[in-house]
Amino acid sequence: MNNKSSTSFVSVSKAFYSINGSLHEAVRDFNLDIGENEFFCLLGPTGCGKTTVLNMLAGFESPTSGYINFAGTNVTGKDSKRAVIFQSQDSLYPWLTVSENVEFGLRMKGMPKAQRRQQAAEFLKLVGLSDHEGKYPLELSGGMKQRVQIARVLANNPRMLLMDEPFAALDAQTRTLMQQELRHIWFRDRLSVLFITHDIDEALMLASRIGVMRAGPASSIKGFVEVRLGEERSRTTSDYAEHYQEVHNMIREEVMRSHQ
Amino acid sequence: MNKLREYCTYLLGFLALFGSWHLLTYLMPSILFPGPAAVVSKAFSLLQDGSLLENLSISLMRIFAGFILGAAIGIPLGLIMGNFRFMKRLLEPTTEFLRFIPSVAMITLAVIWFGIGEASKIFLIAYTTIFIVIISTAAAVLSIHTDKIRAAEILGANRKQIFFFVSLPAAMAGILTGLRVAMGNSFTTIVAAEMVAADSGLGTMLWQGRLFMLIDQIFVSLLALGLVGFAVDRLFRVGIIRFGGKYSAVA
Repeated sequence: MNNKSSTSFVSVSKAFYSINGSLHEAVRDFNLDIGENEFFCLLGPTGCGKTTVLNMLAGFESPTSGYINFAGTNVTGKDSKRAVIFQSQDSLYPWLTVSENVEFGLRMKGMPKAQRRQQAAEFLKLVGLSDHEGKYPLELSGGMKQRVQIARVLANNPRMLLMDEPFAALDAQTRTLMQQELRHIWFRDRLSVLFITHDIDEALMLASRIGVMRAGPASSIKGFVEVRLGEERSRTTSDYAEHYQEVHNMIREEVMRSHQ
Repeated sequence: MNKLREYCTYLLGFLALFGSWHLLTYLMPSILFPGPAAVVSKAFSLLQDGSLLENLSISLMRIFAGFILGAAIGIPLGLIMGNFRFMKRLLEPTTEFLRFIPSVAMITLAVIWFGIGEASKIFLIAYTTIFIVIISTAAAVLSIHTDKIRAAEILGANRKQIFFFVSLPAAMAGILTGLRVAMGNSFTTIVAAEMVAADSGLGTMLWQGRLFMLIDQIFVSLLALGLVGFAVDRLFRVGIIRFGGKYSAVA
């Protein structure tokens, strides 16, 4: 396991005290390997601990027991190699222009202004925001803001993208468009991706492999589905329908349990 | 064009205010309630003998000095309390205790300690400014979305960089709003302090008007307070927008 960006969760458990003081176990004995360059989707019903898994890999939270290995070393804190795309657009800085938001990481490293502006322009071009460099986040639509987030982390040269339902707040058309663009970026850079969603369709349009989680508490992975739908994916093929049925059968019971 | 319309609306608002005042004095003529024409002519005579400008500038200088001092103490304390839970718990008993002792109640003490000159006024203005600024600054820091901080950490910022490049600008709108509220309170405090213990300033002018039954002079003082307060608040707004731009709370 010395690959540049392979990830292993080994017997990871995470428990924390909820607001009312009771102990809540989010995940128990959670095991998962994500390969180098893999686009992995973690799919599960609401409240099953998906976000907890992502937060631990990001370094925002630490496991109660077990450990997480990334690129050959154990995860002990935050690292710019594992970039996070947040669901909420509140993670952008409204007092900075679009370009300055994208430059933020480079500025923290002390890169001169002209150089970082040029780099930011490249990544803004990649996400189709070249005409909006000088605008402020408040002037952008939801989809554009998520594109700024993506450009912002890509400019920082990460090895892995951690995405927590990043398109959940977007309208259906924008979401589809963003999924296609994300696929293109993944083809281009071949980063590892951990993508969290509760939407079967989204997982099928994006992932090379899907992991379905059990309903919480004390959740873990129920099973995996390899997605063999090729590079250009379509919702109208019989392959898509079969995959959908397979994942649906796996998750249906967990969704029912999470509503009990 | 929009700016012009904005100014015209303001002008119209002022005309309406003075028009209703005039109408009221016309309908209920009384020696105790002079109309705008009488007050303005009194204001001109007080301008000519220099006393209005002198009192006004004295009051404004006191406010300015005390306000700067209060902000210079309040903002850093608010930032510290907003960033460090331990410091918040440690300092909160003091700030929350003093906050409920109004500056007006401190006038007596201020005069005993600092005399009836400038020092006691500056102390009182600073006192009334500090606590509002502390609370609004600490609240602004505490209400910063966690994802803003986490995003900076992921992008490689260290603690110092997060403070200067994320926390401080994110809290700026809240800090400036606190300062604006504090400026309003400074006007209250200076008038009260000058009425009770001073020999110059708008408050003194007001109080002397009462002593000598100079109704016109009382009204001139009130008019000056309202107009200057309005002007200072406008300046503040311009400053907030200039400084805060797109993310200002007043735009």
